Amino acid sequence: MLLHLLAPLHFFATQDSGELLKGLTAVGRGIVYGGAAIGPGIGIGIVVGNAITAMARQPEAAGMVRTTMFLGIAFTEALALFGFVLAFIISG
Amino acid sequence: MLLALDFPPVSHLVEWGPIWGHGAFAINKVVLEMWVAVALTSAVFIVAGRKRALVPTGVQNMAEAAIDFVQNGIIMETIGPDGLLYTPYLLTLFSFILACNLVGLIPGIQMPVMARYALPVFMALVTYVIYNVVAVVKQGPLKYLKNVMFMPGVPKGMYVLLTPIEFFTQFLIQPFSLSLRLFANLLAGHLILVTFAVLTTALWEATKIGFALPFALLVVLTGFELLVAVLQAYIFTILSAVYIGRAMHPDH
Repeated sequence: MLLHLLAPLHFFATQDSGELLKGLTAVGRGIVYGGAAIGPGIGIGIVVGNAITAMARQPEAAGMVRTTMFLGIAFTEALALFGFVLAFIISG
Repeated sequence: MLLALDFPPVSHLVEWGPIWGHGAFAINKVVLEMWVAVALTSAVFIVAGRKRALVPTGVQNMAEAAIDFVQNGIIMETIGPDGLLYTPYLLTLFSFILACNLVGLIPGIQMPVMARYALPVFMALVTYVIYNVVAVVKQGPLKYLKNVMFMPGVPKGMYVLLTPIEFFTQFLIQPFSLSLRLFANLLAGHLILVTFAVLTTALWEATKIGFALPFALLVVLTGFELLVAVLQAYIFTILSAVYIGRAMHPDH
């Protein structure tokens, strides 16, 4: 039983450590970008949703709302893009 | 596996060898595209400015629409009437970024100029210098720092947290995020197009029929990239305008 539990560790220990590092780097990149995309995804949804509500209520203010909406999207999206670039910067 | 898909490393997709010259001043494909964009924008505005017909047609119409968009759609919405002074700078930014993005989308060329970091970061630094100089001239250096670091109407205790955040945002993160937004959006778009192009090629070699779906997606996504090209030019310009406006009117 214990041997079965330890088997993966043994497997890792015998692998070429360069290969392991490469694999873990790829996993890390995925986690970095995936994690960075969660918050901005929700944030952009809120920004655009509220902007649509505002435009539907006051169509005459649509131009101003749209400008502000794009600003809000741009500020929120920056966080996801930091994650995107960071994912490329990470190297094994 | 039926298909041996090997996605090329990212450095292969954005690094282009020199066509002429060598070293830091070598001319490669990206530089050529940038020159084409500069020539295009200059040509449009020079041709439009030469005749100055009362009823604009053709090129003049296009140039006037661009100026009207920058003045009414960007400056009046963010800075106000006293920001019209910055029309030349903001119009240059908008038309240059737009031309670069559009040239980079032409099938056969397909390399967005702004997917190399040097150009966005240079433009962001120009904006950074402009808004800091404007703020120092309009508000005075000490008042500028005070306005940035101690925004009014906040409880006293919050300044412990807020002052360093505002300071770093204003002087470090703002130019960084301004340039990174343009760069990363176009790099991401380029990578998506490459992904579907690689898939199309692989499926064409393997099956001859299965390439239709990724190819259709490639075409659709190129259309989407067209939207991104216009939107990113707009966002870069409007954010520059917002930063300059904030330097001119710190109270709101």
